[in-house]
Amino acid sequence: MSEAVRRGTWAVWSSLLIALFLTILPMPAWMDDFRPPWVVLTLIFWSLALPERVGVFSAFAAGLTLDVTTGALLGHHALGFSVVAYLAVELHQRVRTFPLWQQTLFVWLLLLVERLLYLWVLGAAGQPTPSLIYWVPTFLGAALWPWVFVVLRDLARRAGAL
Amino acid sequence: MILAVILAIGLILADHRDPRLGALRSTLAVLVYPLQLLADFPIRYARQTQDRMADEDQLRNQNAELRRDNLILSARSQQLVALEAENMRLRDLLGSSFKLGERVLIAEILAVDLADYRQQVLINKGTNSGVFVGQPVLDANAVMGQVIHTNAFSSTVLLITDADHALPVQVNRNGLRGIAAGSGAGRELDLLHIPKNADIRVGDLLVTSGLGGRFPPGYPVGLVSAVGQVADNPFTTVKAQPSARLDRSREVLLVWTLGPQQRQDTLSRSDAAFGTPPGTGKSAARQGTRHE
Repeated sequence: MSEAVRRGTWAVWSSLLIALFLTILPMPAWMDDFRPPWVVLTLIFWSLALPERVGVFSAFAAGLTLDVTTGALLGHHALGFSVVAYLAVELHQRVRTFPLWQQTLFVWLLLLVERLLYLWVLGAAGQPTPSLIYWVPTFLGAALWPWVFVVLRDLARRAGAL
Repeated sequence: MILAVILAIGLILADHRDPRLGALRSTLAVLVYPLQLLADFPIRYARQTQDRMADEDQLRNQNAELRRDNLILSARSQQLVALEAENMRLRDLLGSSFKLGERVLIAEILAVDLADYRQQVLINKGTNSGVFVGQPVLDANAVMGQVIHTNAFSSTVLLITDADHALPVQVNRNGLRGIAAGSGAGRELDLLHIPKNADIRVGDLLVTSGLGGRFPPGYPVGLVSAVGQVADNPFTTVKAQPSARLDRSREVLLVWTLGPQQRQDTLSRSDAAFGTPPGTGKSAARQGTRHE
């Protein structure tokens, strides 16, 4: 058991690190607004797959790391991530039985929640409200969900976490 | 969940109101620095490859161009030494304590994407090189911003176009003072609280006034791009375009303002370094006296 836990943990953290890396990787300026929310997608996957191990506090830690890496206010990403992870863990039994397209809708809702909380803090900190392009990454993230799901499930199986 | 949310909101408030969380942030920032370097690597590698692929012709052209630029600039700086000395002497006569000297350090911007909808960049010099929070940052053309977070190896620079940034400026033509605040969206500055009857025109150069005590006075900031009257605004609406190439520069200058004594030291040291015979500055100053 402890062996499986250790191997699973390795898979979780390395996938989160890769997601973090993809988030700060420089891209051409026109693509900047369309960057998919890699870290949230990864977190949603792990909270659905391993709700007993990845949950609110892993999400909080990942969010804080992202805040420090990107120079956002401390806790800015962590807030949204914790709430999203909580929802995913709470509903994991129902969502797991959904067909993939329904799962995708659910993931899109979670991404919307995360963006909404991010926007709220942005507004509270006195930043100007961004344009409607702000919401595009949620659609992109939802569209990418089936692929993220397949890739991460494969990784989880290989690591022996599932 | 409740605990995490409360903790997150607490952190946000604490970080927004009060800079004391800097220690926590810089510790964590050192941990993620390797990741940031890794993200910077593809761009750096592409640039190096480009340099290596450059052929002889290109290098020759570039070299000639640089040599010409160097000649023009050094001709200008010859005059500058004389003018600076004269300026200092006149200010001495007036009894005003004016600091002209600065020490600069070149840092490189890391190609790392930072938080959405904030205007920040990451540079590769930190407290190990003496960088401090609040330090002004310039590029080759104009003021870029100031340092807001530091750790041992890197620092975060808030650009002047961020909505949280405001900078005391004056119009170079007539000395009219104002505050240039970042607009947050796009690459523009808003000049706040300019009276309706103020003498300001499109094309005016804005320079730092040095009144905030943070930026040294006299550095260019931007050009006024639009002046207009809006019905519901009791002041003139003035927009300015920053002169710094905020999204294209690769190298930036970190500035330390020096007192007169330190300034003498660096001057004599740089004279020695550039092989200028000592006393050039002095003879220029004497020449200035004769002109009077």
